[in-house]
Amino acid sequence: MQITVTVNGQEYTREVEPRLLLVHFLRDHLGLTGTHWGCDTSNCGVCVVHLDGVPVKSCTVLAVMADGRAVATVEGLEKDGELDPVQQGFTECHGLQCGFCTPGMMMTARALLDANPSPTEPEIREAISGQLCRCTGYQNIVRAIQYAAEHETTSTEVPA
Amino acid sequence: MTQMAAKETPMGYGSMKRKEDARFVRGRGNYIDDVQLPGMLHGAVLRSPHAHARILSIDTSAAEAHPKVRAVITGQTLAGLNLAWMPTLSMDTQAVLATDKVRFQGQEVAFVVAEDRYAARDALELIEVDYEPLPAVIDARRALDPDAPVIRDDKEGLTSNHIFDWESGDRAKTDEVFANAEVVVSQDMLYPRVHPAPLETCGAVADVDKVTGKVTIWCNTQAPHAHRTLYALVAGLPEHKIRIMAPDIGGGFGNKVGIYPGYVCAVVGSILTGKPVKWVEDRSENLMSTSFARDYHMRGEIAATRDGKILGLRVKVLADHGAFNSTAQPTKFPAGFFHIFTGSYDLSAAHCEVSGVYTNKAPGGVAYACSFRVTEAVYLVERMVDVLAYELNADPAELRMKNLLRPEQFPYTCPTGWEYDSGDYPRALQLALDMVGYGELRAEQAAKRERGELMGLGVSFFTEAVGAGPRRTMDILGLGMADGAELRVHPTGKAVLRLSCMSQGQGHQTTFAQIVAEELGISPDDIEVVQGDTDQTPFGLGTYGSRSTPVSGGATAVVARKVRERARIVAGAMLEVAPEDLEWEKGRFYVKGDPDQGKTIAEIALAAHGPLELPEGVEGHLDATCVYNPPNLTYPFGAYICVVDVDPGTGQVKVRRFVAVDDCGPRINPMIVEGQVHGGLADGVGMALMELMAFDEEGNHLGASFMDYLLPTAMECPNWELGETVTPSPHHPIGAKGVGESATVGSPAAVVNAVLDALRPYGVRHADMPLTPAAVWRAIQGRPLRTDLAIT
Repeated sequence: MQITVTVNGQEYTREVEPRLLLVHFLRDHLGLTGTHWGCDTSNCGVCVVHLDGVPVKSCTVLAVMADGRAVATVEGLEKDGELDPVQQGFTECHGLQCGFCTPGMMMTARALLDANPSPTEPEIREAISGQLCRCTGYQNIVRAIQYAAEHETTSTEVPA
Repeated sequence: MTQMAAKETPMGYGSMKRKEDARFVRGRGNYIDDVQLPGMLHGAVLRSPHAHARILSIDTSAAEAHPKVRAVITGQTLAGLNLAWMPTLSMDTQAVLATDKVRFQGQEVAFVVAEDRYAARDALELIEVDYEPLPAVIDARRALDPDAPVIRDDKEGLTSNHIFDWESGDRAKTDEVFANAEVVVSQDMLYPRVHPAPLETCGAVADVDKVTGKVTIWCNTQAPHAHRTLYALVAGLPEHKIRIMAPDIGGGFGNKVGIYPGYVCAVVGSILTGKPVKWVEDRSENLMSTSFARDYHMRGEIAATRDGKILGLRVKVLADHGAFNSTAQPTKFPAGFFHIFTGSYDLSAAHCEVSGVYTNKAPGGVAYACSFRVTEAVYLVERMVDVLAYELNADPAELRMKNLLRPEQFPYTCPTGWEYDSGDYPRALQLALDMVGYGELRAEQAAKRERGELMGLGVSFFTEAVGAGPRRTMDILGLGMADGAELRVHPTGKAVLRLSCMSQGQGHQTTFAQIVAEELGISPDDIEVVQGDTDQTPFGLGTYGSRSTPVSGGATAVVARKVRERARIVAGAMLEVAPEDLEWEKGRFYVKGDPDQGKTIAEIALAAHGPLELPEGVEGHLDATCVYNPPNLTYPFGAYICVVDVDPGTGQVKVRRFVAVDDCGPRINPMIVEGQVHGGLADGVGMALMELMAFDEEGNHLGASFMDYLLPTAMECPNWELGETVTPSPHHPIGAKGVGESATVGSPAAVVNAVLDALRPYGVRHADMPLTPAAVWRAIQGRPLRTDLAIT
């Protein structure tokens, strides 16, 4: 069936199988390989993207469910050559090692900060608790998100 | 918070930000599933639902008729190519696709190549396999029973599930020590089967060019060069026509060392279809079939005096190797480096016996940041010391301090023959005790016990053995474990360093550039690090066992020094002085006694490529190669203390604090070292409290997804408190020892010791990992849970 999805502000119309997962639509059909796939069971969170501003695990969302809606991925975080504060935080605080969980972690962090610009450490840990990282032991991810909260420059809108 | 307790001998450039991150934070990494080649097809593996069954027939006709299917490969197809079986890294054989029997649940039975990944999966459903189920061997302790079914009846003459017996140490001397000891305590313990579970699963893209004969294999392998040679040996392909390309790797932890059947099938699929074939496993496939870790059933005995001087250790191990013996370790070491189980203590004698057996479980065993089973060794000795402390009613920290090796004993040869290069153990333990506030915590614990609250302190001291290794004793299938390195300084003073090792997130692009930068005075930003492509890099055995810094790091320092000596000659010619009349300061040679007369490395590089007349016998350009054969392993060490609170009503364990003092010698990039320690500590919390691959009686895998195989999240992990001491390795060119696995090796015992310390009021001396709420509850009830089998 035909779907039209806006991804990072750009509209795409594609013919897809009804069973196609959003993560495969993004990766295989649109070539946006920044969103990763890791577990099938929505436990690991490396596939997190925003669907109409809300973080979702794209391995358990069908592409057809995104029809007519807006998807944001890691590729859209950088604006006009300026890294998002979350991206800056992960770089500055060594919030990544292998980098595989990083896009999903950053998208969740972005959604958290959009909703709660000054999260406490427990709030940050809870926000990323549906996501796994095997490299960092999480501490520097928490610091990265704290860094981002402290360095937000643009006014952010609370998602509808 | 990170507490840097003792900053010593920092190297230049220190905690610079990682060069890798620019692409990763933009989603522009290039992982195996991101590799797209024109005309690429997709492979999928049909796996066995049974742990042990005879294959009566396989009907692939319906799958072959699927409009999008290009090829279906079975064991029979491979047998025609003499590829149905492949050699393992432990001199055994492993089925690529099963021909006679399946021997574990999840074993590879058939391979479909189709136009897209969904069609390949659809076609798997169309393959009909007729199985005759056989009784399975699931409990390793029953594997050698006379009536146990023989799993490897493919091996001629094999009449049992026995693989090997191996021993180390002096049996007679150890028996004598035990016979005369005032105190002997024994304890059975299991280091359960766990899995490295990198978030990126294993995969490959094979592209066989029929015209040129070139076989290009993109693969997220930790050991690209070893893979190339093995493909040449296995498939008879000419080695110069094989190119392994490791892209960015989403975590390895030992899971990505070996060659898996899916890789071989992708190559065969490409040969059959003439197109590139991608195979990437899913999470269940990763957990069920690729290299697991541990599965050591251990009986430890410790001998001591009544006042707590430890005299000897005796250990018997039953090692569950699964259906094929494919452990990835130096070939002469069937139990890896387990025989470093005397740990950090000054013992008179020690002896261990290890017996390996086949079971109907997945092959593997050496993985998950284990330093070739130093993990099991450290867990054994650190539990035994706590068991002894329990029996002697001694404080576990004091007991350790009393028995630790003293600084003046180094270099120290332990009772099983390892020569520890350097260490100051009491200093590291004292620092950890001071950081955690040990005395205050013991007082708090005493007060809480009076109120019926459970709090525990767990101490662990580890000695690692990493950087395999000296080629005289250490090889993998005959390939010596020395590493090459090549360094070329371009005419403008920028450089390229080519390495044989392969990062899976360790940050090689940054740290190896820093090593060269330190040696040559070129900015790390001006040094490109190339790794992973066997056509572009020198031979070496890859990244695992914390060997990158000890081996390839040594190679990098040596090759940079060779370049520097060439630069000295060129500078001498430029300045018209003898090379020995030049002094080096970082980035520049100058004339002794006349510092203004000098040439920078960039000026020298340009001159080396120019018309300058060089001394007789000196070639132009500024480059060098080297092969670094480490003279010994390096021995990082550390002291870890974990503080837990246990809910007596639910058995829930909360890790409140974790102090980790690591000594890995000088730190090239402290930020990266600390990050690696953080990750390893989380591994330890996971293994101690959550992670488990259990099986039921039929051999069904009960941890085959992340819903059942539980990994720690941000909620289970505390803020790690790190400290450091610095004891350089005397034999490594920059004194560095390696750190990648230290925390994974050292931390599980600290967590388990803490939980058991908390349970002391209940008289619980030992309980096996993982200490889930159910396991803790059962231990409190005096009915310990056998964690590895769903059989009660």
